Amino acid sequence: MSWAALLVLAAGAYAAKLAGVLGAQRLVPARFEGAVALLPAALLPALAAVQTFGAERALVIDERAPGLAVATALVLLRAPLIVVLVAATGTTALLRAI
Amino acid sequence: MVRDAFVISASVGVFGLSFGVLAEGAGLSVIQAQAMSLLVFTGASQFAAVAVVAVEGSPVTAVGSGLLLGLRNAAYGLALAPTFRGRVAPCLLGAHLVVDETAAMALARPAGPERGRAFWTTAAMEFAFWNTGTLAGALLGQGFGDPERLGLDVAFPAAFVVLVAPALRSRRGLAAAVIGVALALALVPVSPAGVPVIAAVAGALVAGARRAPAGAEVT
Repeated sequence: MSWAALLVLAAGAYAAKLAGVLGAQRLVPARFEGAVALLPAALLPALAAVQTFGAERALVIDERAPGLAVATALVLLRAPLIVVLVAATGTTALLRAI
Repeated sequence: MVRDAFVISASVGVFGLSFGVLAEGAGLSVIQAQAMSLLVFTGASQFAAVAVVAVEGSPVTAVGSGLLLGLRNAAYGLALAPTFRGRVAPCLLGAHLVVDETAAMALARPAGPERGRAFWTTAAMEFAFWNTGTLAGALLGQGFGDPERLGLDVAFPAAFVVLVAPALRSRRGLAAAVIGVALALALVPVSPAGVPVIAAVAGALVAGARRAPAGAEVT
């Protein structure tokens, strides 16, 4: 990988982050403030779903799905984060091992 | 909160290791791999770019796919902006550290000092773990097991479910999530990596624009 490509990627990645941070005050009209507050609710579950069911350009159900199912069940039971992570990764690791 | 930040950052560190190994295998020098983790500091973008380099794809494709995956950080930045209170130094430094895990940890807390503490604590730990992981992986190369054998790839979606759960107790939050997930999953087979998650922003727009309680048709 050339240094030029690397630095362009670094600059672009930073520009995206900074655009959000600096743009918020100036660019977001008041009527979209409610939507901004809902961004985590929309983005994080979508990210979790893509990380669990996405494989290149396909949707698959593999060993990750039971891991996430265990995590979701424990979240509903209000288990602490560390418990959820150990149970979810353990479930997926176990299924991959057998 | 500190313990949660540590556990998440340590998982990030393990993937830093595998990023270092992958970068070394793709022909990047140790300094380049390290520069990427220091300067790009967005795991998904780095993995995508290096994966393209590894198969000798064009630099434009490598940079483009990396940037596409980094775009969602702009959305996190929007939500996190008030945390930096318009001060220049925290904005400039904080922006560099806005990624999935720091945003999720911070936005899970109520707006105010507690959110700021969660952001900076997670950011400091994650930056340290990601970069030391990268260095170790790039220097030592192969010889580490695959983190996926330990199921560690599931640690991130699981952590995001934990951290987003309180935001889903409101009808609007739940509506935003349902629309976001449905859109993202529908787009996975037909769009490049990075697009599905950005498209989920529409979930927030739809659920946030409504005056009447959202979710009537989705719950």
